[in-house]
Amino acid sequence: MGRITLEGVTKRFGDVEVIPPLNLDIEDGEFVVFVGPSGCGKSTLLRLIAGLEDVSAGRILIDGTDATEASPAKRGLAMVFQSYALYPHMSVRKNIAFPLKMAGMDKAEQDRRIAAAANALNLTDYLDRRPGQLSGGQRQRVAIGRAIVREPSAFLFDEPLSNLDAALRVGMRLEISELHTRLRTTMIYVTHDQVEAMTLADKIVVLHAGRIEQVGSPLDLYMRPRNVFVAGFIGSPKMNLFTGEAAAEYGARTIGVRPEHIAISTEGGTWKGRVGVSEHLGSDSFFYVEDTGLAETVTVRADGEIGLHHGDEVWLTPSEDKVHKFDDGGDLIE
Amino acid sequence: MATRQTASLARLMRAPAIILLLIWMVVPLGMTLYYSFLNYNLLNPAVTSWAGWFNYQYFYTDPAFLDSLWNTLVLVVGVLLITVCGGIAIAILIDKPIFGQGLVRILVISPFFVMPPVAALIWKNMIMHPSYGVFADIAKFFGTSPVDWFAQYPLFSIIIIVAWQWLPFATLILLTSLQSLDGEQMEAAEMDGAPAYSRFIHLVLPHMARAITVVILIQTIFLLSIYAEILVTTNGGPGTASTNLTYLIYRAARLNFDIGGAAAGGVIAVVLANIVAIFLMRAVGKNLD
Repeated sequence: MGRITLEGVTKRFGDVEVIPPLNLDIEDGEFVVFVGPSGCGKSTLLRLIAGLEDVSAGRILIDGTDATEASPAKRGLAMVFQSYALYPHMSVRKNIAFPLKMAGMDKAEQDRRIAAAANALNLTDYLDRRPGQLSGGQRQRVAIGRAIVREPSAFLFDEPLSNLDAALRVGMRLEISELHTRLRTTMIYVTHDQVEAMTLADKIVVLHAGRIEQVGSPLDLYMRPRNVFVAGFIGSPKMNLFTGEAAAEYGARTIGVRPEHIAISTEGGTWKGRVGVSEHLGSDSFFYVEDTGLAETVTVRADGEIGLHHGDEVWLTPSEDKVHKFDDGGDLIE
Repeated sequence: MATRQTASLARLMRAPAIILLLIWMVVPLGMTLYYSFLNYNLLNPAVTSWAGWFNYQYFYTDPAFLDSLWNTLVLVVGVLLITVCGGIAIAILIDKPIFGQGLVRILVISPFFVMPPVAALIWKNMIMHPSYGVFADIAKFFGTSPVDWFAQYPLFSIIIIVAWQWLPFATLILLTSLQSLDGEQMEAAEMDGAPAYSRFIHLVLPHMARAITVVILIQTIFLLSIYAEILVTTNGGPGTASTNLTYLIYRAARLNFDIGGAAAGGVIAVVLANIVAIFLMRAVGKNLD
């Protein structure tokens, strides 16, 4: 079981309110990703749930019981830290055994669980090594192993992949995803990397300055961003956001069009511009079109084999039904 | 060194310092060795003769010798115990953010700046004195009779004075070590259900092992040669109750004017110190890898 409910949770450091009152429901077995730019309070929120920070106001319910004042150990949650936080003087086996030893579990059961975790995470050959002798990916797996042996009601991940190189990150992302499918335990995952958020999450929580901007499935956020912030934050490359005359034509303060929803042509269209930088990735090409009068550059996605080059004059046409319209306050106009 | 040229240049550049240090060490050691085989007394310096091993035999069979060895051991171990345990405790206390932290840290470190004879005199006359010391005042306040520290517990009093002087050193080294402990590790242990004392045993102590080793090694070197504190307080007494090896050598040289005997004692002290050093490096030096 791992149902976590936040009711009006607030965090203040002195006079600075980093998290204004916030409500959130996390269902049992869900993979929830907190995503947002750095300093948006996502890590603080995770630490509040873990019990490593005290809440200033509000309640945290875990499986329906009030855990606001409970110590971190009593909440039955396991956390994987950004720096892995392995105990450097203990072997991998002792690292994984530490929470079990602290819980006073008998030796046979400890050994059984360690063997199972090591087997699941490919750590069996490394059990007697020290963390210092392991690679980054292996350390990450030890940290996960230390979390799963406790059989917690929820896992908390604090930017766990940010210290790994790009190739390893993709691999570990898959492993964490597999782990979730196998264990079906609630997981809360903090990241600033939206690719991780999009690929892992059942539910994404977009945070900005401590406030929840939008909660929804990855595709939901991508297709129907509720405001300008989410529209600009989710998606890579970013959604094009235009203000001024182009937006006024749609009766909005700001309009947003994703790069794949703009057609590029040399013959004719709605907006005229010149190709600046172009990136050819094979499967698709991205053009950064300048001098449109809309924004500094407009990003456009096209098929892989379109022959346009720097300085070419082009016409851009948005797909009318894919234009997102936002009002003065930045909220979506339905 | 990157190349053969820079290597030989480096050897040349550091040679003066090494040669100077070597002379500083070899000449006194050679003179001490030489004197230790002479019958040489300052009361009658004109008459010197070859003594063979007599000085060593004389020093070794002195009943004060074994007492002084024992006292040296008690002094070193006692001070190490107090400074290491106390240092860990104080380091943990002043590591927490408190009001006036900077001032508190300076106050904690300040005993280290007081020179040993001055510190010992302050303790002797203002703190431990049986009639106008602070301890006597406290004892009178509670209606008990004051303790005459230097008469009743001479060695223990000296241990307290020396420990007071070395506590800042231990605290400082242990505090820096404590501050380098990764906060996420402590939080991870907290999430793993480890209460405060388990975190201390399983995380803090192993992390500080290296710093504790450094404290023990460095302090042992200095504690083997404690002398000024004994000179200005108990003069090694009553009897030999607070005489350590260093003080015994001083007594031979400056009170009995027996240069030969003192030199023999010095050589014995050097040999013993090296035995202790080898033993220590074996026992705790592996933490320094």
